[in-house]
Amino acid sequence: MDSTLIPKGVKRCPIGQFAMGLGPVSVILLWGVFAMLLVWIKGLNQTNMNDNYGFALWIWADLAIIALGGGAFFTGFLRYIIGKDELKNIINYAVLVGFVCYVSAQMILGMDVGQPLRGWFIFWHANVHSMLTEVAFCLTAYLGVLIIEYVPLILENRQIDKVPFFHNLGHNMHEIMVVFAATGAFLSFFHQGSLGGVSGVLFGRPFGYREGIFIWPWTFFLFTWSAAAGGPCFTILVTKITEAITRKKLVKDNVIELLAKISGWMLATYIIAKIIDTIYWATVTAPSLGFSFKFFYSNNAFYGFWILMLEIILGGIIPAAILITDKWRKNPGLFITAIVLAVIGVCVNRWVMVLQVLAVPVMPFDSWTMYIPSWQEVATTLLPIMGGIILISLSYRYLPIFPQEKELNPLD
Amino acid sequence: MKEEGKGKNANKFGMAIDLDKCTGCGSCMVACMAENNVPFKADESNKLDSITWMRVYKLTNGKPFPNADICYLPRPCMHCGGKGDHGHSPCVSVCPATATDYSMETGIVSQIYTRCFGCRYCMAACPYHARYFNWWDPVWPAGMEKYLSPNVSARMRGVVEKCSFCFHRYQLAKDRSFVEGRREVKEDEYQTACTQACPAGAITFGDLNNPDHRIHQLVKPDPRHGGRPQNPTAFRLLERLQTNPKVYYISSKEWVRRAGDNSIKKEST
Repeated sequence: MDSTLIPKGVKRCPIGQFAMGLGPVSVILLWGVFAMLLVWIKGLNQTNMNDNYGFALWIWADLAIIALGGGAFFTGFLRYIIGKDELKNIINYAVLVGFVCYVSAQMILGMDVGQPLRGWFIFWHANVHSMLTEVAFCLTAYLGVLIIEYVPLILENRQIDKVPFFHNLGHNMHEIMVVFAATGAFLSFFHQGSLGGVSGVLFGRPFGYREGIFIWPWTFFLFTWSAAAGGPCFTILVTKITEAITRKKLVKDNVIELLAKISGWMLATYIIAKIIDTIYWATVTAPSLGFSFKFFYSNNAFYGFWILMLEIILGGIIPAAILITDKWRKNPGLFITAIVLAVIGVCVNRWVMVLQVLAVPVMPFDSWTMYIPSWQEVATTLLPIMGGIILISLSYRYLPIFPQEKELNPLD
Repeated sequence: MKEEGKGKNANKFGMAIDLDKCTGCGSCMVACMAENNVPFKADESNKLDSITWMRVYKLTNGKPFPNADICYLPRPCMHCGGKGDHGHSPCVSVCPATATDYSMETGIVSQIYTRCFGCRYCMAACPYHARYFNWWDPVWPAGMEKYLSPNVSARMRGVVEKCSFCFHRYQLAKDRSFVEGRREVKEDEYQTACTQACPAGAITFGDLNNPDHRIHQLVKPDPRHGGRPQNPTAFRLLERLQTNPKVYYISSKEWVRRAGDNSIKKEST
């Protein structure tokens, strides 16, 4: 029925099987929509956030998916600016994954504020000193860039491409894509950094506070760096998952390897910077504010030194070592382990910078506060993930996302 | 950031709370709620999502009887900011929509409820937990809404609110003084509700910049060091963070003063 929409020269499962596969995803999506409506109609009292935990699961999810969506800007940067031509075979998918991540981030932000209808105040009454202002401007502009990067892919659909206007539009957009890739890399650099600055500038919160390079706290650069390292890993992970589900090889090994190797070096240098940052913060910044390093990891039910080890060793040093070592990188088991650990490492970093920052007591007579998200928060966090799965599935089915698919999977 | 004290006749309103006098009765909390139309829920048992612009904490020295000692510490908004290493309030600089601002004329940190869109970044920035989010629609029991103050706006669900040092009282006092041909508000003309309500007289409110005001004499703020008190029995909460609060505490007990300074000092009391 939908065969006329499927790209030529590739094979797709029957529409019924496709719909069945998306069935459970759609059910969870509807559950998320219900929770979202509850939050909008009844308010943020539907969450388990409180006055101590003003930022919680959603902001963590927001920061994590933006970091993981960093594969789009960094792969685009490598492909268009640095000139790594092999990456043209994965750039479409990187853009798609980035697009999904950024749409998800915007959707979450639309739920996370107490007065969603006033969201535009951030642009109208902008406070230039606020990191969130920079985040909002860059994030919105970058989503625009991602849309511009995604549109030519849609125009390549077999039926749409038959219309001369769309064919020419798509062709011309491809020609100027380097401009948007450069703009996107610039915008993404700043908003990834600003997200790092969100907690870095909180001088009233010694756990998150970092001193500055020029006007920016160090976390500004660490966040951009980690997104450039972890984002491509997430793109590779999603590619591998897609290959596993479709039971097809979609991207050649040399492409994946190149991206993984660059990612590994980014991760290796990032983790060195992160370790230096942690040591300086533990020995200089925190004591100057009246806190011992040990204090941040003790006397509570959850946050121990294990989380620091998980982030730096398991989520940083080990995957970096695997990805930069040729022999280990070529081992499929180790490779997947490294990719997964790198993604976990970035997510743990964002968790720590959002939730642990708020859990640590600052007033001497205060105590640690713990937080468990409500089902509404969980459902609405799953909502954009499910939406993303559906969008990726539809894009895979109807758009030529993987240029090497025909070559790798010939139809006899 | 704006630099404090550049305006002509700049005031710097602040508060001194004598912890030796405070009995923890909670009158300040009640007066604050009534004065400022602070709503409450049917069930206020969860203090993490209820609103108390003025909140009384109980401090203990952690020693067993007979050496146990306690102290009650009322905590309004600290109205941070001014000169100092940072020179600005933790909350003001982070608000993306300029919904909170530092007044150079008064030293008060204000909150514009109709501009706030509820991102709660200011709450994350405030180490004193002095900012409160309206998780619920404000409700008052039937009949009680008649007693709401017409001078203070009721806040809607989804915005952040906090202690304003009863700023509306300053506006009224200023209007009165202008009508009488004066350009300065007298000390007793502008007092916060909690100051008036405290039965023990533990709270003193006034202009920290004015040497004639009682608060200035009590704490002797040093303008060269971000307003740090010269009075050895006075201290400010979390002094090391350099938030430069305008709320001072006075205590003759060393353990109380140390407890307020930072959380890891292990020196014996």
